[in-house]
Amino acid sequence: MALDLSINKYADVPYEEKERLFDEAKADGRWEHVLYGCYECGICVAACPSARFYDFSPRVIAQAVAREDVDLVYTLMNDSVWDCSQCFSCDRCPRQNSPGQIITVLREVAVRNGLQTAKQALEGYGRIIYKIMSTGSQVSPDMLQPNAFPDWGKHVHEISENLEVWRKALPPETLHTIETGWKVDEKTIIELYLIWHMTGVMNMIEEIDEGLFMILVDVMEERLEEAGYDVTFD
Amino acid sequence: MIHLPVVKATDRVFDIDPNEAPTHDLREELFQLEKEGELEVIRVPEPYMEVKTKFGRIKKIPVEKTWHHKSCGQCGHIPGYSTSIFWLNRAFNLDYHDPTDQTSCTAWNYYASATSNPEAQAAVAIRNFAAAHEVGYFPLIHCGTSFGHYKEVRHALVHQPDLRRKVRDIMKRLGKKLVVPEEIVHYSEWVYAMRDRIAERQVVDMSNITATVHPACHYHKLIEEDAIYSEEIYGAQRTAIITGVLEKLGINVADYSTWFDCCGFGFRHILVSRDFSRSFSVQRKIEVMMEEASPDVTVTHDTGCVTTLDQSQVVGKAHDKKVGLPVMSDSQMAALAMGAHPYKVLQLHWHNTNNKPFLEKIGIDVEKTWAEFEAECAKIKSGEKQYMTWEDAAK
Ligand code: SF4
Ligand code: SF4
Repeated sequence: MALDLSINKYADVPYEEKERLFDEAKADGRWEHVLYGCYECGICVAACPSARFYDFSPRVIAQAVAREDVDLVYTLMNDSVWDCSQCFSCDRCPRQNSPGQIITVLREVAVRNGLQTAKQALEGYGRIIYKIMSTGSQVSPDMLQPNAFPDWGKHVHEISENLEVWRKALPPETLHTIETGWKVDEKTIIELYLIWHMTGVMNMIEEIDEGLFMILVDVMEERLEEAGYDVTFD
Repeated sequence: MIHLPVVKATDRVFDIDPNEAPTHDLREELFQLEKEGELEVIRVPEPYMEVKTKFGRIKKIPVEKTWHHKSCGQCGHIPGYSTSIFWLNRAFNLDYHDPTDQTSCTAWNYYASATSNPEAQAAVAIRNFAAAHEVGYFPLIHCGTSFGHYKEVRHALVHQPDLRRKVRDIMKRLGKKLVVPEEIVHYSEWVYAMRDRIAERQVVDMSNITATVHPACHYHKLIEEDAIYSEEIYGAQRTAIITGVLEKLGINVADYSTWFDCCGFGFRHILVSRDFSRSFSVQRKIEVMMEEASPDVTVTHDTGCVTTLDQSQVVGKAHDKKVGLPVMSDSQMAALAMGAHPYKVLQLHWHNTNNKPFLEKIGIDVEKTWAEFEAECAKIKSGEKQYMTWEDAAK
């Protein structure tokens, strides 16, 4: 679908609000290391897989942020950044930009501010966030269910039917797990929860999915309490 | 689709002179920061192997005392990948550590959902590095994304004093130090550096095999100067990773015109926008490989690449696309060449695309080896055995 980059697209959002979000991106510690201007050469587009599939252009994004086009940056932050596949093929930019990382920063601003488009882009993604935050392992054997991967064919059925036995038929002792990729110590999980607490990332989850936030807080606070920590995520 | 002619090797030699590198050697800055008391550098343990990187600098690869930073996608969905890495270490009788005090890099929260921030990401990385250092081992990173991401984290920690301070404070509260490895090492670099020793122990002839190679984006595009290059492979114009190993095993590595393209994984896409992953993977990678190189197998060195290239072929087949190419990791190929069991060690039943013709072409009796694996499963089912052990896998 063609991307609507006209100024009318988000005309109802006050300019000051768009500027506030852009300022948040510019204040990020990574910004000065990922944007040095833009030659508009299009090398990033030539290397970009998402540009082949979507109406998407890292050049347009680099140009918009380099020219500080506040309206356009807001439109792209909503309608474009989630198409990027974060492959960093664009890191070959002759200006030493990293359009992929510019996008990472813009996405984080979108999440921190709970933009509706960010919520839509992450619909169906909650189970991954839950897994990562609560177990420290992003992908796990029990995710291999036919309803989660219908387009992976009957092979997923075969795996899910044999999952328990096949996991036990793995020689490394750490891999006999179902809910996590490998066996993780309780102390390790507690340290991970303390990192989440100290770095404020749970606020980002709250902005994007309040229900998920509440479930995660319950799980984490209980385990932290059992480990002797009096920590709340509010 | 336009198919470009495959570029052939040239006789011209391009010198790589580290003195003319366009980037600083980060390790010098790391050691300087260590002198200033800002952090502690974890040294590569001796003995180590030396390889050349993109701009001709030397990178140290540890032989042993490696702390295996596992990949959640490998361990969770294609566990023969990591099992093969461990099998290789055991075959050479090397001292390695498979930790339980390890989290994943959590980079899905970074590249896919953007629900993390630089402090959290760096703290997760350093917590893992500290866990390795505490038990006296050196991190060896199994996942291409964790590898690329940890390189980014290391860069950020060197160049952003404020981030360094924040992460040091977090580590202090966890009772840990801010420790940063001298080298960030990917397991495939270890396989590459060990290639002569692997070839010496080869028992399965693979000289009738043609393979294509897919290099992982997060290996050679993120912090590009840290990837392995060699004058002997592609004239040092592309990373030598994987290709160097396959050539040592006598495999014919065939070129194809979309070698540089990504696999289509896309992080967010592989889970919630899979139309992109499927289309890109089939149309820009598998079909091109099949049409231009007619390979028996395609070999890659990252979790997401194996998964995407393999699983996307199901829908490709339904649409009558030219698919049906087995996908494996370099660790599996190396282990297979050294005689590892295709199911007990390589665990190929977790892969989707039919790999039977490939296995038969190198003389493996598929029915027999599968029956051997099933016999182990039967013992587990009956309660005769709780698990299959390394000893069982060696039978
Ligand atoms: S490659 Fe760099 S300079 Fe060229 S268009 Fe892209 S961002 Fe701009
Ligand atoms: S990181 Fe994003 S913008 Fe850059 S090449 Fe990959 S998909 Fe394109």
